[in-house]
Amino acid sequence: MANLKVPVGPADHTLGDEHAPVTVVEYGDYECPHCGRAHPVVEALRKHFGKQLKFVYRHFPLTQIHPMAEPAAEAAEFAGATGHFWEMHNEIFENQPSLSLPLLAELAQALGLPSEDLLSALESREFLPAIKEDFLGGVRSGVNGTPTFFINGYRYEGLNEFEDLVEAIDAELLSAKTQHRRAG
Amino acid sequence: MARILAPGTPAPDFTLSVTPDQKLSLRDLRGQPVVLAFYPADWSPVCGDQMALYNEILPEFQKYKAEVLGISVDGAWCHAAFARAQHLHFPLLSDFEPKGAVAKTYGAYREQDGFCERALFVIDEKGVIFWSYCSPVAVNPGADGILEALENLKEKRQSHGELEGSRRAS
Repeated sequence: MANLKVPVGPADHTLGDEHAPVTVVEYGDYECPHCGRAHPVVEALRKHFGKQLKFVYRHFPLTQIHPMAEPAAEAAEFAGATGHFWEMHNEIFENQPSLSLPLLAELAQALGLPSEDLLSALESREFLPAIKEDFLGGVRSGVNGTPTFFINGYRYEGLNEFEDLVEAIDAELLSAKTQHRRAG
Repeated sequence: MARILAPGTPAPDFTLSVTPDQKLSLRDLRGQPVVLAFYPADWSPVCGDQMALYNEILPEFQKYKAEVLGISVDGAWCHAAFARAQHLHFPLLSDFEPKGAVAKTYGAYREQDGFCERALFVIDEKGVIFWSYCSPVAVNPGADGILEALENLKEKRQSHGELEGSRRAS
């Protein structure tokens, strides 16, 4: 059973309540069609579980088969440097079929970030180390493809459908509650 | 699932096609760790993922000076097309004629299916199997096990080296 080797920390991009009883970590690739399909599922899960769920996204670009995956991840990090990671993240997934450098530049511009700054960040590969770090942490945790989800540190092995993920998260919530009661 | 060769076993040598006009022998790689990854077939989606993953991790494998070899029963021309389509930067060996002969010596052949298991071997510098793992055929085994084995191999070598050093010193 693969476990998350790199605990969620301050360097992570996180959504939801800090003290949520369940944390879902996704290793994803912006050009991977399965990740594209999982994106609205994650959104629905966040809505469904509200304050009980914290969501973390980490990069796992398969650059040799997805040439735009890494630039897209860099663009998300670039936006993240000014607090716009999630806007960029959502825009990239929502525009996945037309992913390209001009599109990334356009998305940056729409967020009020100068597109020439993005292009020079891509040129200098400023955000690449952070992405590589995510990737290698994923490899060490047994990520073998994208998307891979970890629920409270355990790799989720089921289907990436809403109902299946709800079931797995519900089970985790239940065990978190039992532990809490025992501890109390 | 077949019973694959266990750690401590000398890795059976082989000479196989690596391109339509080139061959590679395991013994040529003595002196460096070798990662031997048997997989069922080119083009099946799970394998694509597995080989694509190793492709991405090549720089990590190179930190351990390890050579990665993919191996299946597909022919050299099929491998060439697959490697080109997936932009693979490591050799794929053809265990093609007689079919699966090398896989059989490693206990990594599925007689009932006529293709290789998804079996991984880390072979040390002296050609001895250091670590092996057989994954269910539909499951991409990832790379965490391989990297951990390479790390353990490096540590073992280092502590062994220190031991030798202290012996010589005393």
